[in-house]
Amino acid sequence: MPEVVVPIGPHHPALKEPVNFRIIADGEKIVRLELDLSYNHRGIEKAAEQRNFIRVLPLLERVCGICSHSHATAFAKGIEEIMGVEIPPRAQYIRTIIAELERMHSHLLWLGVAAHEIGFNTLFMWTWRDREAVQDTLEEMSGNRVHYGMNEIGGVRCDLTTAQINAALSRLPVLEERIKKYQEMVNSEETMLIRFRGVGRMSKEEALKYGAVGPTARASGVDYDVRRDDPYLAYPEVPWNVITDTRGDVYGRTRVRVGELWESTQIVRSCLENLPAGPIRVEAPKNAPKGEIFSRYEAPRGELAHFIRTNGTDKAERVDIRSPTLANWTSVAMCLVNQNLADIPVIVAAIDPCLSCTCRMVVVNQKSGTTDMAEPGFAGDPGGRRYRGRP
Amino acid sequence: MIDPVFILIYIFVFPGFLFLFAYALFLSYLDRKIAARMQQRVGPPFYQPFADLIKMLGKEVINPHGVDWRIFDAIPVVALAAVMTAFLYVPVTGASPLAFSGDLIVVLYLMTLPTIALFLLGWLSRNIFSAIGGIRAVTQLFIYEVPFFLALLTPAIMAGSWSISEIVLWQQHNLWLVFLQPIGFIVALIGLQAKLERTPFDIPEAETEVVAGPWTELTGRRLALMHLTTEVSLVVGSTLIAALFLGGPLLPWTLSPAWLNGACGFGLFLVKTLAVLLVLSSITVATGRLRIDQLNDIGWKYLASAALVQVGIVLVINYLWVIP
Repeated sequence: MPEVVVPIGPHHPALKEPVNFRIIADGEKIVRLELDLSYNHRGIEKAAEQRNFIRVLPLLERVCGICSHSHATAFAKGIEEIMGVEIPPRAQYIRTIIAELERMHSHLLWLGVAAHEIGFNTLFMWTWRDREAVQDTLEEMSGNRVHYGMNEIGGVRCDLTTAQINAALSRLPVLEERIKKYQEMVNSEETMLIRFRGVGRMSKEEALKYGAVGPTARASGVDYDVRRDDPYLAYPEVPWNVITDTRGDVYGRTRVRVGELWESTQIVRSCLENLPAGPIRVEAPKNAPKGEIFSRYEAPRGELAHFIRTNGTDKAERVDIRSPTLANWTSVAMCLVNQNLADIPVIVAAIDPCLSCTCRMVVVNQKSGTTDMAEPGFAGDPGGRRYRGRP
Repeated sequence: MIDPVFILIYIFVFPGFLFLFAYALFLSYLDRKIAARMQQRVGPPFYQPFADLIKMLGKEVINPHGVDWRIFDAIPVVALAAVMTAFLYVPVTGASPLAFSGDLIVVLYLMTLPTIALFLLGWLSRNIFSAIGGIRAVTQLFIYEVPFFLALLTPAIMAGSWSISEIVLWQQHNLWLVFLQPIGFIVALIGLQAKLERTPFDIPEAETEVVAGPWTELTGRRLALMHLTTEVSLVVGSTLIAALFLGGPLLPWTLSPAWLNGACGFGLFLVKTLAVLLVLSSITVATGRLRIDQLNDIGWKYLASAALVQVGIVLVINYLWVIP
């Protein structure tokens, strides 16, 4: 069969967000992949430079619908470091609890999506049902299911009452039992093993070379987790393990994520049981001194980095967000070569892509044929509309 | 000579087309409901497949650019007609009045036509997803068809007849063939699952890979008819398996009056087809989708070998145990 171009996206049932792959396939084998990102530039970085710190946090939460707490915490953590504000231990614990609950609902969601990609809808229905328990806990604690709005510069917005803590603790055993069940299923369910094992393999060297982060890298044996290697919040005080795997395929990534689910339940339990007393926030100054900070955070999908430059006012001069999906895309393009057409959805899903967080405006210079990320201030007015170009 | 009015009623009303449609939609509902309950969902109300059918029949038919709409219109009709015809030869309340020696071959042939129709639809759609889906459908056909046919022909070898009704009669006098040929029964069930393109064999229409495969460009009544074809195939397939392996609608003894015999036969038909459906639904719920190369391995290495072993065993049994 001659080579055919299979267009996947920006509208395709396997992708819930806009991205375009041009898969050049020879029969059912993939020869090469052309990736076209950035359908959905939202101008959040620019908008973040126009608002003061109090108003930036709700905006940054909306970078992502799944890891909303991650973005807000990464930013708040960076600004607090610039300001020299130390947030109270209770606030740190509450942030950790929300962060780990978020990781749990993200990984449960991912497990369902991965199962759906191989047509195993039963697991999809089950994990999404169990995810509701996590969502309910989050809603009880913060009032919201998705955008929790828990962070403030200098602490958290609302305290946890004893009733909330007890309700959360009562849900944990159910979740632990279900997660144990999923751990068993991942290791023994033939239909998953047959589709996950040996698919989209990436060695440790390749993972390092292509800069993979998070569970994707850890599944290839890269023993790196920001929570341990650049500790923040309450992570140093809580017992937990970094989960790694040496397989490097989709199966390994599944094992890492399911392992992390279990670790998250333990972190949440430990934090809830040892929640220190005291205030939940301190008064933060309005303005931040001139400075630059590179704030790192282990989001559910991997290392999230916020670069913040302040200039002594109450606004950031530059906010640059490197979402984990951006770091993982190159590894996808590499993993897909020589794989089966049928494995595209599951390999793409294996990095847990979050596309709208990754979209950036690209400036294309047609004369020189170069492409660049938009410079700060390029867009002029934030409402100004530019269209994506092709070189 | 059979009364022509009876034949007409048999073909068009009961247990012919009218009953067939109702039962096909009912089985489709049960299938969805069973799957939903196993997946901890609520599932659709009982009229949902019927509502879907009516809705899709009423929707606009869109012709893809550059596609010959006459052929596109004709293919779903041919596929549906094929499986509806197949249903006339399988026993429902008793032996079909239209039965003739060799009707098993005809039924198998007619049940293959929807897959060919899907391939043609995919090929004619001028859509890359449809084309890939169509090629997958026909590749899959070559993989499951041989074990499926072998498995369904073993009852014929054992009973010494190519007629479904005679195989059922043979089972009435002897044993159900599922006890004599368990391997063949399992292969036949798996083959039927593959023929109906249900998980784990929904490779041609894998939603996350090729959108809807050959179904992608189908709209309105074409889509409705193709869905109906699949649902009718489910009825024909489960009836066929019930007849060949589970003794069909016949009781081991004859009841009088005749209507009571027929009613009991019909009851047995319902119970047996529902049992087959339950197995098929469980397979659907318990598995994910295979890849076409994995299916190739499994189909030829295990299914085909198992079916051949079954044929060998049947030949040995027939040789040793001379059937009266």
